[in-house]
Amino acid sequence: MSALSDNLVTFAILAYLVAMIGHAVEYALGNVRTRVATAAPVRELVGAGGGVVPTPPAPVPSPPTVDRSAGRARLAGLFGVGATAVAAVLHLAALVTRGLAADRMPWGNMYEFVLTVTFIGVAAWLVVLWKRQSLRKLGLFLTLVMVLLVATAELVLYVPIVPLVPALNSYWFIIHVSTIVFASGIFLLGVVPAVGFLMRNGYEQGKRSFPYTLAKRLPGAAGLERLTFALHAFAFPIFTFAVIAGAIWAEAAWGRPWGWDPKETWAFISWVVYAGYLHARATPSVKRNVATWIAVLGFLTMLMNLFGVNIFFTGLHSYGGLD
Amino acid sequence: MTVVDDRPETAAPAPRRRPNRLLALLRNSWRQLTSMRTALILLFLLAIAAIPGSVLPQRGISPEKVNEYFVDHPDWAPRLDRIGAFEVFGSVWFSAIYLLLFTSLIGCITPRLRDHVRTLRSRPPAAPKRMARLPQHTVLPAPPGGAAAIAEALRKRRWRVEVRGDEVSAEKGYLKETGNLLFHTSLIAVLIGVALGSWYGWSGNRLLVAGADNAFCNTRQQYAEAKLGPQVSSADLPRFCLRLDDFEARFLASGQPEFFNATVTVDGPDEPTRSADFSVNAPLRLNDASVYLLGHGYAPVIRYTDRFGNSQISDEPFLTTGDMGLTSEGLAAFPDANVDPATGQRAPDQQMAFTGIYLPTAPEQAPFVRSEYPTERNPALNLVAYRGNLGLDAGIPGSVYQLDQRQVRAGKVKEVGTKLLRKGETWKLDDGTTVEFLGTERYVTLSIRHDPGSTMLLVSCGVLLVGLMGSLFGKRRRVFFRVVPADPGEGSPTSGSSLMEVGGLPRTDYPGFADEFTQLVAAVSGAERAGDGADSAERAGVREGAE
Repeated sequence: MSALSDNLVTFAILAYLVAMIGHAVEYALGNVRTRVATAAPVRELVGAGGGVVPTPPAPVPSPPTVDRSAGRARLAGLFGVGATAVAAVLHLAALVTRGLAADRMPWGNMYEFVLTVTFIGVAAWLVVLWKRQSLRKLGLFLTLVMVLLVATAELVLYVPIVPLVPALNSYWFIIHVSTIVFASGIFLLGVVPAVGFLMRNGYEQGKRSFPYTLAKRLPGAAGLERLTFALHAFAFPIFTFAVIAGAIWAEAAWGRPWGWDPKETWAFISWVVYAGYLHARATPSVKRNVATWIAVLGFLTMLMNLFGVNIFFTGLHSYGGLD
Repeated sequence: MTVVDDRPETAAPAPRRRPNRLLALLRNSWRQLTSMRTALILLFLLAIAAIPGSVLPQRGISPEKVNEYFVDHPDWAPRLDRIGAFEVFGSVWFSAIYLLLFTSLIGCITPRLRDHVRTLRSRPPAAPKRMARLPQHTVLPAPPGGAAAIAEALRKRRWRVEVRGDEVSAEKGYLKETGNLLFHTSLIAVLIGVALGSWYGWSGNRLLVAGADNAFCNTRQQYAEAKLGPQVSSADLPRFCLRLDDFEARFLASGQPEFFNATVTVDGPDEPTRSADFSVNAPLRLNDASVYLLGHGYAPVIRYTDRFGNSQISDEPFLTTGDMGLTSEGLAAFPDANVDPATGQRAPDQQMAFTGIYLPTAPEQAPFVRSEYPTERNPALNLVAYRGNLGLDAGIPGSVYQLDQRQVRAGKVKEVGTKLLRKGETWKLDDGTTVEFLGTERYVTLSIRHDPGSTMLLVSCGVLLVGLMGSLFGKRRRVFFRVVPADPGEGSPTSGSSLMEVGGLPRTDYPGFADEFTQLVAAVSGAERAGDGADSAERAGVREGAE
């Protein structure tokens, strides 16, 4: 069962990779379409694209080509979404088999934790996509994040299954860790439209240097910003609850609700930064891109808490499984 | 901070009456402090200030690591220590940031609280004249009952309604501000809870060896280390005693712990006598204290028989060295050894001490320095014997777990031999005295604490969460209805004799308001007749309004 879980993770990574390629193809074909569409009126733009053979001035662009190209792009995008869904199912299966093999919830170490957080992220993404299909093109960034994180989990963080140490053997384990995992997964998803917004916003303001050009095909900035806020506003109370649950558990296990253990300190930092984001978002005088940067910063503190604290610091939350 | 750069112009003194400049400065500083911008800056300062607390070792968490840091970085450590880097969360600058932040918070929410109370007591405002200018607008046939029926339908949907003639104003979503204020107020309550805990709380750590002779009673002197809040004196500690009867630990084949359970007998004036079990994650709750199981280990029982045939027993706990196999180190001291029974004369240079390494599961072959498994599969005690003046009578406080090395260096204590003892084995020393390894007792490391602020913390955290959700998901919005007679010239979609003009205004960022507005007006208008024609007309009307 444990080996099956490991194989499923590998297959899930491959499926995310396939999904990423699907989304990338959609991006690329989208560029072809614009090139064809804009070739006739503005010829310089083609040159600016770089390395493109100058099209003859003859009226080449024919509507059928455009349609077929757009149709193909759409198909590739939908294929990417399908592959993401398949990957998510494999991902879930990997978690379930891991849990069955260990005979407990699969959140006992960093490997399992990252695997679960990423699954929550992708599941929430599919829900968001279900409701707002216009966001499909964000899938490229999402699948990229998935491939990176799940592959990191498998290659760097992997540990064999062991039962929980007594310190983790409590019903608070399920309450605290499940909510932390859930909130982290939503924050993880939230950073995708946040980064998308920052690039798209720059693009809409006329910036045409490297990272902004990536946003050419992204949905509108305002929609991305709203999604960013909605995801963070959803995750923040869950994260707050998770930290409170952790404090209640810490009182029972270590005799104090809060002791500034490195993990607690960084959870505090993340909480403060995300609270800062929500305040900045609610303050009209703070620009939306400044607020969104704060959300991205919040996510970096979450990453620091996950990787940095487990690897560099020693504290009471030493369950990473890495020595 | 940012106080200087954008000070409002209002501070400029009027030409006649010279206002008190100090007052003006204070007022402006206060305004600046309570502004959202300052609050945001303080929030970030708080986050940044917390970082060194995770990077550098902290006295409150691991004092031994702070000492290590001092040894490793002799030039940096004292400088860092001077700015409180080893006690970040109690340092002046960290406290200053959060106190300023909380002051700013109080200054921010107090006027809002006043305003909110006023809003809660006031009635929704009159409808604007030109409702078409509102973000949502539509015209529909009015329900038969006119304004009264509209008001009734809105009240059913829990809107706060005010009827003024043919106009109905309604507002909803007060929960947002209520939740927001609740959230911020409960943050203050959390801080008070923490303060209560540190003023009126106390805690102590100690080891408790199994057996009736080793029972411990809750007094200050019985703790290896105790921390009493400023408002607590030794006499305030609740009176109870604990005796460790049994300790059970199970481990996996790898040595990873799987299960712990400690059985104790509790008694004392403040506690009913009883037997109780507790474990990691399941502390022992007493009336005014909780007992937490932090660790465990072995206390070797060593009997020393001196030249006069007198036997003494030591069962001091040996401290675990942190490895998986529970290799432990400790000291068995016999300062009253070799006292002549005939004269009662002590011979200070004939005191005995044994330092040792205890291995619950000793390896098959030497070196016997590291235990292979945490349970006693092959227990062995590696002892070093010392004879001489242990220095215990000098009155200098020393560790009970380590031999005073000053005496060794001074030549007052001499090593007289080394031997590995199995359980039950006896070792005859050069002077004919014997030492016997009788077995072991279990010991547990306990933390005993009382935190009177914890209930307040828990309650305020619960309120905080509720308030937070209200604040994030509440939506304040207003709708206005005006009943107007139907224009006979216009083709009315139904037989209704009057129309209602409806406007909607979301007062907070609320993308879904258009949908809610559509549903609401449809429900109000078609409360009694849900005809298809009316429905589609409504939808068309709302679309127009929404554009």
